[in-house]
Amino acid sequence: MGRDESVFCIGEDIGAFGGAFKATKGLLDQFGADRVIDTPIAESGIIGAAIGASLQGFRPVAEMQFSDFIVNGFNQVVTVAATTAYRWGIGVPIVIRLPSGAGLSGGPFHSKNPEVWFAHQPGLKVVCPATPADAKGLLIAAIRDPNPVMYFEHKKLYRSLKAEVPDGEYVVELGKARIAREGSDATIITYGGTVPMAVQVAEEIAAEGHGSVEVIDLRSLVPLDHEAIFTSIRKTNRALILHEDNITAGFGAEISALITEQAFESLDAPITRVAAFDAPVPFAPNLEAEVLPSKAELKEAVLGLLRY
Amino acid sequence: MFYIQMTTDQLLFAYTNMLRAREFDNALINLYRQSKIVGGVYSQIGNEATSVGTSMALGDGDIIFPMHRDNGAHFVRGMTAQEMAINFLFRKGAMTRGTDGTGHFADPKRGIYGNVSHLGAMVPVAAGVALAQKMKKTKNVVINYIGDGGSSVGEVHEGLMMASVMNLPFILIIENNQYAYSTPVAHQTHNPKYSDRAIGYGIPGVTVDGTDLEAVFAATSTAVERARVGNGPTLIESVTMRMRGHAEHDGGEYVPKEQIIEWQKKDPVLKTRALLLKNKIKEQEIVLLETQIKQEIDAAVAYANQLPPPDPSEARRGVFI
Repeated sequence: MGRDESVFCIGEDIGAFGGAFKATKGLLDQFGADRVIDTPIAESGIIGAAIGASLQGFRPVAEMQFSDFIVNGFNQVVTVAATTAYRWGIGVPIVIRLPSGAGLSGGPFHSKNPEVWFAHQPGLKVVCPATPADAKGLLIAAIRDPNPVMYFEHKKLYRSLKAEVPDGEYVVELGKARIAREGSDATIITYGGTVPMAVQVAEEIAAEGHGSVEVIDLRSLVPLDHEAIFTSIRKTNRALILHEDNITAGFGAEISALITEQAFESLDAPITRVAAFDAPVPFAPNLEAEVLPSKAELKEAVLGLLRY
Repeated sequence: MFYIQMTTDQLLFAYTNMLRAREFDNALINLYRQSKIVGGVYSQIGNEATSVGTSMALGDGDIIFPMHRDNGAHFVRGMTAQEMAINFLFRKGAMTRGTDGTGHFADPKRGIYGNVSHLGAMVPVAAGVALAQKMKKTKNVVINYIGDGGSSVGEVHEGLMMASVMNLPFILIIENNQYAYSTPVAHQTHNPKYSDRAIGYGIPGVTVDGTDLEAVFAATSTAVERARVGNGPTLIESVTMRMRGHAEHDGGEYVPKEQIIEWQKKDPVLKTRALLLKNKIKEQEIVLLETQIKQEIDAAVAYANQLPPPDPSEARRGVFI
């Protein structure tokens, strides 16, 4: 915002309150109410206003208080934002920030991981940072991108991760996956909130002498770094896809299909998926833990894959 | 409400563009009947005074979000008959390159943004364009058009709420043409006076006879002036009649014949023609203009119709820029 006057923030409680997760804390004082705009509770209104302003040269960053509430602005995203470049040849450079994910007893309406809805709709970029540095570098790349970007920030990572963030202008190109941990015997492909769990499980398996597991952090689902996936599978010959979103028609299905189509010859074992049970995320902590993919479940699945 | 008497030049300009809209509809309807057009033909017959009268109240930098029955506004903002025909027949050279039909194209240089079929969705977007005007301090005004049908959609509320709470230079024209596809207004709302909705947003709401060019122009001019000086949005309900079906596939049998006969008497093109005569424009001059416009439109449609379709490569051109 300091560098580019066309960037502004718009959303619910993002001004004086600094946002439900404090992501915009301090911006009101620094940039004023004209560029940090508090709105009524109106997700279509917020996203529509962002789209309209973007058609006039602005680069709005719209915040959904929780990614669950994107359903109230769904039409604006898939009907308007996603189709404009194709229909008009005019870009819609908006970023929609979406605090997403479960594990905090948010219940069915504050825990969703709705990224795959938007990955399915042509015309949207879908970004899921997993580290503090990426949260900065990918966000800056998203803001500078001339297309609409759905930017999923896993809520659990807000509080559980602490790491140095590069100073100054730091941009991480969209569509380049990151090898979160190198390995040679199997690959866990994941993104967003489940990256730390994948790395932990890989470390434990290595420490216990069961094998060397590579972890790929996709960083973005659209654009998707196909080559990073295939390169790893050709090396390890075993693939497991992990995501917190529920399993049926989740993004794991797409990755699995891609590997089957393009790297089948490299596989020594069936592709495995670990994801949430197909249900709304329940409220009670013990029920929530049952539904979400757990570390134990992941470890067992990876060990099974290694043994196959 | 005050009434603006339009000058003779303004009346002639308005009539010319109302004729263009009417003849363009007639030409497309003819193609439809010959099965020579792809997709639906959504005519604006009966609505010409609204699309022309509202858009004439705007200046150069102002912006419109017309709906699918506002071709008169396109003509007022300078689209030529040939450009319109190429777009509507989505031939090579169409602004959407064949990716989208009817009036969904955008021509930002002329301040025209198209709609998506979900018309209610455009209200928040148009409010966003108005927000940009406020942020850039341009003094430009945004007009967004919608119908009685489309205005039932929830996004219309959100857009109006944003526009009113932010005091944006935004005007919503609700073209109340009595039917949402086959559903009459009586089945769409418990209060058929659409302008009353403005009260809920704390903005002015006016109802105007949508077949009366000068009344439409006056109401819109007031709203434009208000928006331009920073006094915020206005909701204008323009009462008209959709004289044909929802589109040409629809014979409109659900509309009582008496209703059509009653509204035929208020045909906005004929009413404006009478206004010209009253303003001492000679019958002969009017007939000449009518002949010229019909020729202009027929030639434009014939020209567009012989152009090739879009290049097949456009389909896979990609969804990003």
